[in-house]
Amino acid sequence: MDFINAIILLLNYIIVPALSYGSQLALGAIFVTLIYGILRFANFATGDMMSFGTMFAVLLTWYFQSLGISLGVLPTALLAIPFAIIMMILYMLIIDKLVFKYYRIKKSPPVQLAMVSIGVLFVTQAIVRIIIGPFDRRFFDGERFILKANEFKEMTGLNEGLTIKSTQVLTIVVTIIVVSILFWFLNKTKTGKSMRAYSDNEDLALLSGIDPNKVVMITWMIAGVLATIGGVLYGLDKSFKPFVYFNNMLPIFAAAIVGGIGNPFGAFLGGYVIAFAEIFITYAYKKFFMYLLPESLEPDTLMQLLSTDYKFAVSFSILVIVLLFRPTGIFKGKVL
Amino acid sequence: MAFFEGKGMTGGYGGVDIITSCTINVNQGEIVAILGPNGAGKSTAMKAMLGLLNLKSGSVTIDGQDISKLSPQDRVKRGISFVPQTRNVFTGLTVKENLEMGAFLRNEDLEKIINEIYELFPILNEKKSQFVGELSGGQRQQVALGRALMTKPSVLMLDEPTAGVSPIVMDELFNHILKVKKTNVAIIMVEQNAKQALSISDRGYVLVTGENKFEGSGKELLNDPEVRRSFLGA
Repeated sequence: MDFINAIILLLNYIIVPALSYGSQLALGAIFVTLIYGILRFANFATGDMMSFGTMFAVLLTWYFQSLGISLGVLPTALLAIPFAIIMMILYMLIIDKLVFKYYRIKKSPPVQLAMVSIGVLFVTQAIVRIIIGPFDRRFFDGERFILKANEFKEMTGLNEGLTIKSTQVLTIVVTIIVVSILFWFLNKTKTGKSMRAYSDNEDLALLSGIDPNKVVMITWMIAGVLATIGGVLYGLDKSFKPFVYFNNMLPIFAAAIVGGIGNPFGAFLGGYVIAFAEIFITYAYKKFFMYLLPESLEPDTLMQLLSTDYKFAVSFSILVIVLLFRPTGIFKGKVL
Repeated sequence: MAFFEGKGMTGGYGGVDIITSCTINVNQGEIVAILGPNGAGKSTAMKAMLGLLNLKSGSVTIDGQDISKLSPQDRVKRGISFVPQTRNVFTGLTVKENLEMGAFLRNEDLEKIINEIYELFPILNEKKSQFVGELSGGQRQQVALGRALMTKPSVLMLDEPTAGVSPIVMDELFNHILKVKKTNVAIIMVEQNAKQALSISDRGYVLVTGENKFEGSGKELLNDPEVRRSFLGA
């Protein structure tokens, strides 16, 4: 019985949260990796672009709520996502036309484009703060839990409860759908294949008649979809706070690099690697050991490797270790 | 007048001319080899004909039409296909996807053309769902040739197709090139392996410091004492 309790404990506090957090990181990481693979620069504005898209979803959700529109048990934000995606894509295409295009045509080195993206980061951040402000915003509505701890305890008679939030399930389901569509698009459609070809060998792609402008445009459009959906899912699960989105850039980059930058499937798995590592290392295992060990061996400390305040240190360490020992990532990607 | 001709081409990268009034032409169903020492401007002459190089003077014509002002992409649309010396395949794509990308601009049913390519290079059919990055050097060159042929070009330009492959694979590749020639394609190739290249070529040009030095049929060049001494090492 104690053993099952211990397992439920891990499931409740590590596995389920890590799966949903990992999905949110995965969407961001695929965004980073696509931009890196096709536009050939590290986009430091990733986190703030995600917050830009989410901001529209938040504003629209509020608007829909004021009109009395709702999706019942599902969050109204789902209804706002398509419109937010359109705004996000428009913003990205405008930024590309005004800023990135100039450096792309000049064939600037990737480092210069990365610096340019930091400029875009600040501008985007400022726009978000002007429009919605820097505060914590909640925009979740609908049914919050699929499974409540008490219900689970009653059902099973165990000491430990298992809570499954609807946002967690929503995150995982939406991520699987989005990522499946993306991989189908990249591997099966002519346009998707041409994007992979362009990422693989730009000169030969040009000789084959692949239109670089079209490839770049479609890349930004896909990036807009990923950024908005990833951002909204994160905001629904936790809350929308622009600064947190900026901070999330570190685990997102770590995920993209762990998976092998330029490799979308690697980035997808990298998201989960980082999420599990962060939560595994910062979880306090005291209760877990209390279930498993005899009373005499009960730990008196929290049995926590690192305080949760240091969760970014985990991503950062993984990032550094991967770059030092396996710069192409777990799956074969480009060397940074 | 030849089918595909670069006439009096002069140009280079930056300020320096690499080729000076260089003339190269080829007819359909003919293989023409461009030979010469290192730095003679062989590849440059070919790139000029593709439009990767801005010409100061001279003209490039195909089927009597002047295409000197067209971009490489537009020349590809006119039926010119090019296999670069290096990075001439998409290593992260499968063999079949490489072929599909070669015909990116064609909208009709690709299966038929792909099957024609498989007939020409049977090994590609065997390996069609394998990533090109996993293939051997000779097989990659076949993928590169196949990709270039997907546009059904009337002119095929090869930049050192046998660079870095073993002599056996080289013979095999030359055989494939002869097969391509039989489909009535005009072939221009730059080659380091001069003797072997001339033995399958109808005509050859020898460039020295960017100018036409010798030209003639494969046999003539092979038997020319001066060419032999300078370039064939015998």
